[in-house]
Amino acid sequence: MEKSLNWYEFIITRLIKASGYSAILFVALIFFFLVREGIPTFSEVESTSLLNIRWYPIEDRFGILPLITGSIIVTLGATLVAVPFGIGTAIFISEIAPRWVREILKPLVELLGGLPSVVLGFLGILVLSPFLRVFLDLPTGLTAFTGSLLLGGIAVPTVVSVAEDALDAVPRAYREGAWALGATRWQTIWRVTLPAARSGVLTAIMLGIGRAIGETMAVMMVTGNAPVLATRLGSLFSPVRTMTATIAAEMGEVASGSTHYHVLFFIGMVLFLISLGVNIAASSVVFRAKKRAERILS
Amino acid sequence: MRRAFSLNRHLAQRLGFTFITLMAIATVLPIVATVIYILVKGAPAISLEFLTGFPHDGMRAGGILPAIIGTLYLTIGTAIFSVPLGIAAAIYLSEYAADTPLTRTIRIAIINLAGIPSVVYGLFGLGLFVLFLNFGTSILAASLTLSIMTLPVIISTAEESLRAVPQAFRTVSISLGGTRWQTIRRIVLKEALPGILTGVILGLERAAGETAPILFTGAAFFLPRLPGSPFDATMALPYHLFVISTQVPEMPIQIQYGTALVLLVFVLTMNLIATVIRSRARARRQW
Amino acid sequence: MVDKIIIEDLSLQYSDGTESLRDVSLTVPEKAVTVLFGPAGGGKSTLLRCLNRLNDLTEVKASSGRILIDGQNILDPDIDVIALRRKVGMVFARPVVLPMSIRENLTYGLELAGEKRRSKLDEAVERSLKLAALWEEVDDRLEDPAIALSGGQQQRLCLARSLALQPEIILLDEPTSGLDPISTGKVEAALVELKKEFTIILVPHSVQQAARTADYAAFFLQGELVEYSEGKTLFTAPKEKRTEDYITGRFG
Repeated sequence: MEKSLNWYEFIITRLIKASGYSAILFVALIFFFLVREGIPTFSEVESTSLLNIRWYPIEDRFGILPLITGSIIVTLGATLVAVPFGIGTAIFISEIAPRWVREILKPLVELLGGLPSVVLGFLGILVLSPFLRVFLDLPTGLTAFTGSLLLGGIAVPTVVSVAEDALDAVPRAYREGAWALGATRWQTIWRVTLPAARSGVLTAIMLGIGRAIGETMAVMMVTGNAPVLATRLGSLFSPVRTMTATIAAEMGEVASGSTHYHVLFFIGMVLFLISLGVNIAASSVVFRAKKRAERILS
Repeated sequence: MRRAFSLNRHLAQRLGFTFITLMAIATVLPIVATVIYILVKGAPAISLEFLTGFPHDGMRAGGILPAIIGTLYLTIGTAIFSVPLGIAAAIYLSEYAADTPLTRTIRIAIINLAGIPSVVYGLFGLGLFVLFLNFGTSILAASLTLSIMTLPVIISTAEESLRAVPQAFRTVSISLGGTRWQTIRRIVLKEALPGILTGVILGLERAAGETAPILFTGAAFFLPRLPGSPFDATMALPYHLFVISTQVPEMPIQIQYGTALVLLVFVLTMNLIATVIRSRARARRQW
Repeated sequence: MVDKIIIEDLSLQYSDGTESLRDVSLTVPEKAVTVLFGPAGGGKSTLLRCLNRLNDLTEVKASSGRILIDGQNILDPDIDVIALRRKVGMVFARPVVLPMSIRENLTYGLELAGEKRRSKLDEAVERSLKLAALWEEVDDRLEDPAIALSGGQQQRLCLARSLALQPEIILLDEPTSGLDPISTGKVEAALVELKKEFTIILVPHSVQQAARTADYAAFFLQGELVEYSEGKTLFTAPKEKRTEDYITGRFG
C-alpha cells in the first residue's frame, strides 16, 4: 500500500512541478512567435521608413509613428480619467464609506471590470459618440477624446481594486496615531494613509495604464480609425488609430507571409515589450517597497 | 482664534468628503446606467425565436443561437485547458516552491502574461495554433489562445485561496503521518476549493467576453450550421456584436441591443454564480 | 525500566548557523512521563520536533548526534518517516482541530494510512476518545463540526486524534497553555492514565505543572541540558544551582 502511494504521489508531484514552470514556457513561446513573424519586417521594409508619419499599407507605407501617437494620446487621456476617479473611488470605499455601502460598491466595481469591452464599445458608438458630437460640436463623435473617456472607464476598475487593497492594507495603527495627534480623518487620509499606501497606489496606476494600452475593441470602435499623426492638442478631438486597433482591423485582410503581415506582427512585438516594461516597473515598485518595509520592521 | 482654526479643518473635511463621494458616484453611476440601458433597449428583441433561431437576411433578422452556442463551446474549451493547468501551477507555487530565483521568474512570467494585450494573444494564437500547428481557424485554436490568456487569472486567485488555508492544518496532517500530496488533496485543496472556483468562474467570464483573441483564431461571422468538431470555426457573441454594430449596413438597432443584452446576461450570470459561491463558502467556513 | 528513547550527543543548528541544541544526551524511559522544562529558547520544542522528524519542514537541521527509538536511529535519512510519525504522536500548544466533524478528525490519521473498514474506524474513535477522557462529553454528537467544541475539549480531541493511530510515544508541547485550570486538570489526569500504556514526553507551560506531572525531569537552559533526574528528587533537591534558581523563581 505504501509503495503504490509513493509511485502515484511521485507522478502527481512531477506534473505539478511541470505546471508551475509552464508560465515561463508560455511567455517565451509568445515572444518567440511574435519575433518569428515580426523580425522579417526589417528585411522587407527599410527600418527608418517605419518611423514615417504615414501609415498606408496599400501603398507600402508602413510608418508606425501615427499609430504610436494614437496609442499614446488615447492612453494618456484614459489615464487622466481613470487615475483621479479610480483613486478617489478607492479612497471612498476604503476610508469614507460605511460598511454597508462598501459591501455593495466593491462587487459593483468588480462587475464593471467584467463587462466585455465590445459591449462598452458598442454603447460608445451608439450613445457616447453622438452625445459628444452634439455636445462639443464636432464633425464626428469618433475621436481620441471619446476613446479616452471610454478607455478611462474600462481602466477604472483595475485602478480601484488594486488601490483599495493597498489602502486597506495600511495598518490601523497609522490612522489611530494620526487621530490621537488631533488630525481630522481627511487630513489623515492625505498625510498618512495615502503616503503609506504609496507603492500599492503607484502599482494600481501602472496596471491601469497597462490595461489602457492593451485595450483593443472598445478603442477600435470609437476612435475613428484614422491613422493620422496627432500633433496638436486639437488632435484630441479628431479621429486617431491605436496600435492595437490597427492589428485587429487589418489582420483579417492580410495575406499570410506578406510584408503587411510581418509589420503587424512587429507592432505586436512592440506592444508586448511595452507591457513587459510596464509590468516590470510595477513589480519593481512593489519589490522595493517590500524591501523598505522589511528593513523598517527588522 | 482656536475656534476659527478648527472650523477651517472641519470645513475642509466636509468639502473633501463630499468631493470624493461625488467622484465615487460618478464612477459607479455609469456602470449601473449601462446595465439598465442595455436591459431596457435590448429586452424587446428577446424572444424564443431570437434565442433559439438562426440568423437570416445577412444577420438582420432571425436569431443568434449559433453565436450563443459558440460562446458556450469556447468557454468550455477554455476551461478544459486552463483550469487543470492553472490550479496545478497554483498548487506548485503555494505548496512546493521555495523562494528561489526560479520561482521569482515564474511569478514575473505570470504577471507578464496577465498584462499582454488581448490582440497580441490573438496574433500569437494565429502564429502558433492556426498556422504553425495547422489547426486552422477553429474552436481548438481559439480555446487554446483564450486558455493561455486566462491562465494568470486562475493561477493568482487559486494561489491566494490556497495560501489562505491556515498553515497549522498542514502541520497537523504531516504529524499524523500524511504525505505532502495527501495533505494537499484532503485538506488544503478541499478548503481552498470555493475560492478557487470563484477565481475560475471570473476568469472564464472574462474569456467569454473577449473578442480580439478569437478574431483571427476561431471566430467566423456567418456559418450555416453549428460547429460539428473542435476543428470547425464558430460564431461567438462578442465577435457577432462587434460585426453587426460596425460592419453591417442597415442593421436593425433592436437586434444589436438584443445581442448585447444576451452577452451581458451571459457574463453577469457567471459573475453572480461566482459571488454566490464566495459568500456561501465564507459563511460555512470552519476556520 | 526500559529506555524507550536514547538521545546521544544531539546538536541542532538553524540554517543561519545559530545553535538550537548543544550536545544533548538524554534517555527517556518507557511508560512514564518525562518532562522537559526551562525558560524560553531552551530548545525543548525543537527537541520534541526532532522526535517525530517534524523539523524536516523547518530550517532546523541536526548537525550531529543520534536519536535511537527502540534501538533504531530515527535521524537516519533512510528510515520510514511516515511510519515514525504514526508511532510518535504530537499535541501542539494551540488546539488545532481540522475543519471537519469530530469523528472525521479522529479517523483522519487512519484514513491517511489507508484504513477503510468502518468497524475499525468506529472502534478507534471510541477507544481514543475514552483514553482522552472525552467520550462521555461528545459521544452523542460525533458528526458535529469539531470547531464547535470548547478550547479544553478541542485540545483533548487533538490528544485523542493522536491516540487513534495507536502510537507508542506521545509528545505534548505546552498542551495546556491556553486552557483554564479545570481543563488543564482534565488533561493532566488523562496523562496519568495514559502513561500506563504510552511513553509520554511533556513540555509544561509552568514549573508547577512540571512538578505535578513529572516522573522524570530534564532542565534545559539555552540549548544545553543542565540537569536530569527523577521528578521527585529534581524538584525537591536539585543538584545544579541553575536548576534551583529557576525552580525557585530567581530567574525565568
